[in-house]
Amino acid sequence: MDENLKSELRKQGIVATTLQELYNWGRKNSLWPLNFGLACCAIEMIAASMARYDMARFGAEVFRPSPRQADLMIVAGTVTKKMAPQVVRLYNQMAEPKYVISMGACAISGGPFKQGYNVLKGIDRYIPVDVYIPGCPPRPEALIDALMALQKIIDKQSLTGADRPRHLQADAPSEFVVPEFGAHDLEPSQNPEVWQPPLVNISLGGTDDAGKH
Amino acid sequence: MTNVPYLPVVVLLLAAVAFAVGPLALAWVWAWKFSPRKPGPSKNAIYECGLESKGDAWVQFHPGYYLYAIIFLVFDVEAVFLLPFAVAFTGLPLGAGIAMLVFLLLLVEGLVWAWQKKVLVWS
Repeated sequence: MDENLKSELRKQGIVATTLQELYNWGRKNSLWPLNFGLACCAIEMIAASMARYDMARFGAEVFRPSPRQADLMIVAGTVTKKMAPQVVRLYNQMAEPKYVISMGACAISGGPFKQGYNVLKGIDRYIPVDVYIPGCPPRPEALIDALMALQKIIDKQSLTGADRPRHLQADAPSEFVVPEFGAHDLEPSQNPEVWQPPLVNISLGGTDDAGKH
Repeated sequence: MTNVPYLPVVVLLLAAVAFAVGPLALAWVWAWKFSPRKPGPSKNAIYECGLESKGDAWVQFHPGYYLYAIIFLVFDVEAVFLLPFAVAFTGLPLGAGIAMLVFLLLLVEGLVWAWQKKVLVWS
């Protein structure tokens, strides 16, 4: 439907919509996060859900203690290698559609503990992350900003077609491999379907990063 | 049909059933049309936690607990009846005093039984 016509109708008090818009509108305004905190970022997450920052304005205040009822996993804090299998398993147990916010430097890359022997260098090695929030820890405003960014992502998702999101595709995976403790590291050390090591400073075809020979 | 007193009840009943079944049917139709089911081993697991459950939930409890219940009952019932007995002791007739002594003996018998079963030994 033409956007101009839709806004003209809106001025006359007539709301025209599609099933897809209605579906996305309902989903983006009722994102229920998983009640799951890992480290100090969780304190900021709790602050964001309280009255001063009031995540309830976005319909996301209902922190669910069960992954079966949650739509959104906020990975709030340092993911140790001991905790990583549990995080992935909890994500697997969430019902589709499910989204992940990687909150803080630790959940993105290991943060200040990146050199630690027992810290996972980013939860995106095992599960697909939708929104990253930098910060150590990010302020509640940053979490709300990430939530609004996720709402925009959901709003753009199409209901049919080849580019429809993962939860509407029958053959797309819903569960991801849960790492196990190996002799030296988690096995596998990353899920290659989700994350590949970035290639840095490798010249391909005789050119370097700047494109010079 | 004009004056059926229970008609509103029937209408409310139908509305209540439709209110319950309607959203479920809508969700089922939505899942069938758009959103495919995606079961998996983690998702179908009984215990909804990051940790995998180990062992069996059908564990046995020690049956010796009944001894504690009996001892508790002996002292508890004794205390409950001894207090009014002590308050009304001076005004009681002889028959009531004997009845109370028999009752106390019955409870003491339970205590002696427990003693013989070595329940009172701290181990």
